[in-house]
Amino acid sequence: MALQLKKVKSSLSPGWYFMQGDEAAAEGAIAAGCRFYAGYPITPSSEVMVHMVKRLAEVNGVFIQMEDEIGSIGALIGASWAGAKVLTATAGPGISLMTEGIGYAVITETPCVIIDVQRAGPSTGQATRPGQGDVMQVKWGAHGDNEIVALAPWSVQEMYELTIKAFNFAERFRVPAFLLADEGVGHLRETLVIHEEVEIFDRLKKRGEPPFGTEDPTGVPPMPAFGEGENLLITGSTHDERGFRKTADPGTHAKLTERLVRKVRDYKNEVIQTESYFMEDAEFGVVSFGFTARAAIQAVKTLRKEGLKVGMLRLVSIWPFADEAVAEMGRKCKAIYVPEMNRGQIAGEIRKYTSQPIIPIPKTNGEVFEPAEIVEAIRRNMI
Amino acid sequence: MNEKIYQMINQQVFPSAFCPGCGHGILMNAILRAIAELEMEMKDMLFVSGIGCAAWIPSPHFKADTLHTLHGRAIAYATGAKLYNPKLKVMIVSGDGDLSAIGGNHLIHAARRNMDMTVVCANNGIYGMTGGQVASTTPLGSRTSTTPKGNQEPPFDLCKLVEAAGGTFVARQPVVTPIPLTRTLKKAIVHKGFSFVDVLSPCPTQFGRRNAFRTPYDMLTYLKNTCVSVEKAKSTAPDEIKGKILVGEFVGGKGGEA
Repeated sequence: MALQLKKVKSSLSPGWYFMQGDEAAAEGAIAAGCRFYAGYPITPSSEVMVHMVKRLAEVNGVFIQMEDEIGSIGALIGASWAGAKVLTATAGPGISLMTEGIGYAVITETPCVIIDVQRAGPSTGQATRPGQGDVMQVKWGAHGDNEIVALAPWSVQEMYELTIKAFNFAERFRVPAFLLADEGVGHLRETLVIHEEVEIFDRLKKRGEPPFGTEDPTGVPPMPAFGEGENLLITGSTHDERGFRKTADPGTHAKLTERLVRKVRDYKNEVIQTESYFMEDAEFGVVSFGFTARAAIQAVKTLRKEGLKVGMLRLVSIWPFADEAVAEMGRKCKAIYVPEMNRGQIAGEIRKYTSQPIIPIPKTNGEVFEPAEIVEAIRRNMI
Repeated sequence: MNEKIYQMINQQVFPSAFCPGCGHGILMNAILRAIAELEMEMKDMLFVSGIGCAAWIPSPHFKADTLHTLHGRAIAYATGAKLYNPKLKVMIVSGDGDLSAIGGNHLIHAARRNMDMTVVCANNGIYGMTGGQVASTTPLGSRTSTTPKGNQEPPFDLCKLVEAAGGTFVARQPVVTPIPLTRTLKKAIVHKGFSFVDVLSPCPTQFGRRNAFRTPYDMLTYLKNTCVSVEKAKSTAPDEIKGKILVGEFVGGKGGEA
């Protein structure tokens, strides 16, 4: 099953807008067909929620501010099974609380979109400052194996567009999908261009079909909703394709957990998206994502002017990881430099796919990168 | 009526997972009887439960939409489903530990919002499934696997808690009087707003054997002798109701729609 998208009219009138990143993400959600939001206030994501209150009222959607993030993800899952496309927005501390629900959404195959506007951690850290330290948290926060989708916008335009994509992937794969934003891009104000149409994906329904299993070990089953007479049996315990608990049967557990992974991993190329800059003759590589990539591309251009053959790969999708793209960079380049607002989370991931030297350029002082810092760090660490 | 109730159950899940002497079977019967007597359809219902023995009452037993959630989270999940599809008749069935300890925050906030849903708390005063640990509802002095010398923490009065939080129908009934229990459940189901029924259900396996109840029958007899209706309590001398458990409809019961 490939991603079969349908074209619908944009919810905003086509044209140019000057908008904040968080608000653009909310607009993307409305355009994708999101009609339910549950959330809890947290900096730097609260603007998403405030904008959703206003917009959901205009499109006859439902909004609730829950008592905490545990309640928010719970309400999201309940509403998703009632048939809604659902959204919440939070930051790292909120993801920490939502993590049990994220695991539940994985095993029950509940589509939901979670916007993580990353701030400087760990813990409460610096609430108003940017960070990119939730890369591993969204992937591995929940116990057990989790295949989820995460996309990392670098502009207000992508806050809008990748939110729509996150909904499409959530519904296509029946998984939690993250917009892994950061304070830099979330609070940024710049131009947003709205086109006539957007492409969206609606979850598949098939009366009487089992909602938790397919003949295909990589398949995504259709998803009915409450109140459709399907006697839905939904549980976070290991279950067969009809939802009956099989908590001591090795075969059922193996079949379920393998499919939960393979339904995403086997189709990862539908999700993986990267952008290459100056890679044709590159001898040195830079891998970057999110707001940091804006400084990184400037740094690459500066070094190019000095005659250094540097190229860059921007990760638009983070999970599933762009393994082949970074391996290819490893084959071309003598070394790979990885600026990120954490202590080397993506750098560590790249090491899995290439044996070339990986040089992390970490920054965790709660400030965004200046291009000059990246230029300096690359010059200092020439191989 | 019995045949109708039988049709509301997933036959393939028997034998039931409940221990001999467990009160949850009586509660399961009372819930289904209440729905059948109200002539409501199971297809219009959504049952949401958390984790623990009581959560198994609807899931997998009930032939209806059921959502077996995480420990403590049933009410939060139910809130989302009900808000998006208000036509669903939502009932939460879970245990005292699930609803009032790990899930206590969701309980009081749903009551505060007066969410239109029915919460049935199967209250056995202990964590049964995990081996009889003390709960936020365990009576003072009771022995559990984590209070071998007796519980020293006072328990919640869940009805007072929910009333204070804003619940608009609040009641308590023991499983030993199934007819009043069914009557109260019917009122709770038709109540518009947040209804809460604290159902006292014996756990002979984990509670009884540690607390000098030799048989399940002893626990049932104890419950029967200890529960006093709010009406009766009014005309009884305070000394005589000391140590008794008040049962009945505390909030929203009089002149109810049922």
